[in-house]
Formats: sequence, structure tokens, C-alpha cells
Amino acid sequence: MTSQKNPFRTFLTDWGPFIIWGVILLLAPMVLSEFRLNLLGKFLTFAIVAIGLDLIWGYGGMLSLGQGLFFGMGAYFFAMYLKLESGGGRLPDFMVWSGMKELPSIWQPFASPVFAIMMVLIGPMVIAAILGFFVFRSRIQGVYFSIITQALTLIVSISLIGQQPYTGGTNGITNLSTIFGHSLADPQTQVALYLSTVIILGIIYILARLLTRSRFGRLLVATRDDEARVRFLGYSPVTIKTTTFAISAVCAGIGGALFVPQVGIISPAALDVVPSIMMVIWVAVGGRATLVGAVVGALLVNAGQSAVSEQFPNIWQYFLGALFIGAVLLFPQGVVGSYRMAFARWRARGHSADAPEVEESPVAGSGRLAQEVVE
Amino acid sequence: MSNILEVRKVTVSFDGFTVLNNLDFSMERGELRFFIGPNGAGKTTMLDIITGKTKPQAGEVIFDGDKNVSHLGEHRIVQLGIGRKFQTPSIFGSLTVFENLEAAIGFRDYTHQLFGPMSGEERDLLHETLEEIGLQNRAQVRAGLLSHGEKQWLEIGMLLIQKPKLLLLDEPVAGMTRRERDRTGELLLDIIKNRSVLVVEHDMEFVRKFAKTVTVLHMGNVLCEGPMDEVQNNPQVIEVYLGKAHDEVRQVRKKQVVVRRTAPQAAAVH
Repeated sequence: MTSQKNPFRTFLTDWGPFIIWGVILLLAPMVLSEFRLNLLGKFLTFAIVAIGLDLIWGYGGMLSLGQGLFFGMGAYFFAMYLKLESGGGRLPDFMVWSGMKELPSIWQPFASPVFAIMMVLIGPMVIAAILGFFVFRSRIQGVYFSIITQALTLIVSISLIGQQPYTGGTNGITNLSTIFGHSLADPQTQVALYLSTVIILGIIYILARLLTRSRFGRLLVATRDDEARVRFLGYSPVTIKTTTFAISAVCAGIGGALFVPQVGIISPAALDVVPSIMMVIWVAVGGRATLVGAVVGALLVNAGQSAVSEQFPNIWQYFLGALFIGAVLLFPQGVVGSYRMAFARWRARGHSADAPEVEESPVAGSGRLAQEVVE
Repeated sequence: MSNILEVRKVTVSFDGFTVLNNLDFSMERGELRFFIGPNGAGKTTMLDIITGKTKPQAGEVIFDGDKNVSHLGEHRIVQLGIGRKFQTPSIFGSLTVFENLEAAIGFRDYTHQLFGPMSGEERDLLHETLEEIGLQNRAQVRAGLLSHGEKQWLEIGMLLIQKPKLLLLDEPVAGMTRRERDRTGELLLDIIKNRSVLVVEHDMEFVRKFAKTVTVLHMGNVLCEGPMDEVQNNPQVIEVYLGKAHDEVRQVRKKQVVVRRTAPQAAAVH
């Protein structure tokens, strides 16, 4: 609205940083070692999950502790395809150890990559839509929503361990060696996987940004602010919340599916309660309701985590805890939110005469995050 | 022509306490109707029933001639054309003025349409509304930063943009300065053109200024109904509306009497 004079300049200030970072990430394989690139690729899959969580939590105000579940669903569904492909028609190894004679019927369609990819997208979406519909229709909010999503995650993770013959139990699905006929050990395959992750992250970021700027996005924030008012404005908050929850679940599922081939293994530990809480930390540190913050947070926390754990393998978790507490107490807006506020203040001081409206992050009140966490 | 609103024998009770007792009234199309009554008379509960926030234990609410809305969800009732303005200004503080109106505009759209841009018509309507409520220079301001009066106008704008057939206003001038109240009065006169409006109000000066027909609620039922002059002079109304206040004053005085023992003087003071 503010600078209609020059649409190109508006576009540049709007999407410039996105384009620059996109190019940097796309060129990274030329600079980084194979190991570092693989690590970065893994973090970028987390960033995809974080964008989804930012939509539901940052914009929608619903703290989902179940993103690990959707991440795991995406990861497991894709790992099932990879496992069957790697086995070349033989029964997966853990099934042989469990004394299975033939492939269970639920595994059979996963021999098709198309089916597996469809399931990666549809599975989390359907589960989130069903859960969301009933939870939101009963007007369950706040902590209770968090508890329900966490409980569901726990149940699924426990039953994965219990169903050893079908899921590989505690070990999960291991020894994944090929994807679409290419060896996962081949550096070129890894570069291709990395680049696909960057591109998919870019697409999801653009879609999420368009969503938050659409009227649906306004209503999502409105629902967070005052749900009753949204209802009396003639909208069903159930539809708005369920749709957003399903979208965030799909993001987590896609992240999971991209994670598996780059790491080569998926186990129930990846979709437990702790990883789900880690995802919340990424978004909190990066800054809620900013989208960029979700990406920045996921990269920063994970990079920090791997740097610290390489140096101090025994105490890195304390660093993590301190980071989270520090973010909550000192930077409730997160890295990106705090940066934006400081920048807006600096700009307002620079030319106060025609200062544009302060572009605050839509998270109103700086004490909110702390408050929510305490709750 | 059929009535815009008919409330038929509605009864509501909370934990055995009857708030609305066989409430029965109707409103004609295009009517501006004021509801008054002492605290606890059931005015707000009546609005809750009409808008679907509370479901009646007995009776029904018929809207627009033939639509029974007693058991519809709140958002469905709004989509049929009943708008409600709340007592405290309820707008979305972290959205800008423009975005607040934008959120209000697509309330009859399907969800997938909300992902797309507004139509040209909607955009024009939005700018017209901005001017009508006098906030065109504040369009990019976060609504949470507006003054109390501006928030009220924004909320009225959000209602206007939806063009409701029946508008319910819950104490529209409560907590306003004199100037804000006059401006709101003007806005309301604008709003009530071409639609039916039901106002619940405590401010008697405001009621006297705008009211044609007044309904007095008492103990969850209609006590009387008619032009303001008639209602004001109705002995029953004076009894419940003013008499209660008199009683209270009398009781306070009795206490004072006990202390001071100067009864005649105390009575003369008031």
C-alpha cells in the first residue's frame, strides 16, 4: 500500500532477501563439503516443518505438540517405499527377523513411489483434519489442544515400537540404500536431494507467505485474537483452524519425507514428544508469526546444536535449554521479530516526518510467549 | 408483510434461575426498536438467543418471515443477515484497520475463495466504508492502537460492510465521551437506513433522542411497549425502573436516619 509509485521497488524490498538467500542456498553445494551439505539439507527439512508450525502456532495461536507425529508419518511412508526399493523385491530385513513370511498388505502399495508420495501428503492431512475437526468443534483451546496433540504423538510412537514386524520397532526402518534407482551413497544423489529440499522449501515458503497475506490469513490471526468475534462475523472458526492444522501437518509430512533419504534411517525416536517440543523451540527462537523466523530458527538452533554437541557432547542439552529460556525471557519476539522491531524503530527515527507505520510482528504484547509457556 | 423478527415464547434458565420467561415479541421490517430495563432484566441474554450464542430451552426465534434460527450456529445466523455489535468494542487488535474490514468482507465466501484476492466490487465497498466511518487516514494503523471511539466506529464499519438485514446493538454509546457519542449517533442514523435495528441501551438521554418505539424488559419478560412518552409515564415502568432506585435511596437514608435522627431533612434533600 505504502509505495505504489514503483511496483518493482516494492517487489524488490518484499522478495529481495528471499531471492538472495535462495540463490545462496542453491549455490551452497559448490562450497560446502559433502558432510556439511548433508547436514544443511537435513536442517532445511526441519525448516519446512517449522514453517508449518509457525502457521498453526504463530499465526493461529494453537500450540501443536504433535508436529513430530506428522513429520514421522511423512518420514515412515516415504521410508517404506525406499525400503522396498532398496530390497529389490525381497522381504525387508526386520520382517525376516520377526519371522514374517510375506509382505503385509499395508506395505504392498508402497512399492509404488507415486503412492508413497501421495500418502506423505494425504496421510498427515487427513489425520490432522479429523483430529482438528473434533477438537476445534468441541471448542477445545490452549493447553488442552497441546496436550491432546502430544498424547496422540506419544501413542503413535509407542505403537510403532510395539508393532515390530510391521514397523521395525525401536530400530525403525534402516539400511535405506537407493532412491528412484540411484544410490543414496552417491554424492550426486545427495546434491540432488539437497537441491530438491531447497526448491521445495522455497515453494512452501512462498505459498505460506501468500496464505498469511490472504483474507484467510487475516482471519487466522483474527481467530487467534478473538475467536468469538470471528464467529459473530459469520465465519466458522472450526473450518479456519482445521484447514490451517491440516496445512501445517502436510508441511511436517513433506519435511519428514525429505529427511529420510538424506539421513538414511527413520526410527520412532524422530517422532517422539521431545522432537515435537524441539520444533516449538525452533519457531520460538526464530520468532513467531514471521515465517522467515521459522526458517532462521530451525537453521540456527540445529546448527548451534550440532556445533556445540561436536565440542561438548555431554552438555549441549544445557545450552539448548538456556537458549530457549533466554529467547523466552529476553527476546519473546524471537530473532527475526526483535530484528524487525529494532529496524522499524531505526527507520522511524531516521525520517520521522513520513515515517511509515511501525511494522511490528503481529504477535501483540511482548509478554505473550512467556505467558503461554508458563500456562 | 411478514415481520423481520419474531421471538416466540422463549424461556432460558441458568442453573434453575430463569433469565428469560416466556419472552414474546416481534419487530417489523425497517423498525428501529429500543430495549431498556433494569440490570438483570435479560436484555443481553435476549441478544444471545437471537444470535445463537445461547440456545433456548423452550420457544423459537423466527427471522425474516420464515427462518427458524433457534438451533443454528452463530456464523450461520450472521450469514443469514443478523449482525451484532458488542458492548465492548471487539475488533482485531493485531490487524490494521484495513485488514479488519478485509476480514469482515468475505463472510459469505467459501473457504477456498478466501485464499484469493478481493473482487473489485469488494475493494470499492471497503474504501467507501472507510470513508463512511471516517477512518480513511487510519487505514494502515493497527486497530489495537485506535482510541475507544475509533474502535467503536471500526466495529460499526465491519458490520456495515456486511449489510445485515437486522442489526443488534448492545449499548453502542457506553463509555464514550460526548463528542464520540454524537459522532456515533450520526453513524447509527446512517446505519439504520434500509434496515431493522434493535438497540439495547442504558443511556436514557440517547434513548430519548433516537427512540420511536421502546420495549421495557423486566424479569425476563416484556413489561410494556410503546412510544417513549407513554412508556416513561407508565406507572409499572416507574415502579420497576425508578422505584427500585427509590427503594435503595430510601434504605440508605434509613441508615442515615438511624445515625443522624434527622429524617425529614434527609428526605427533603433528594
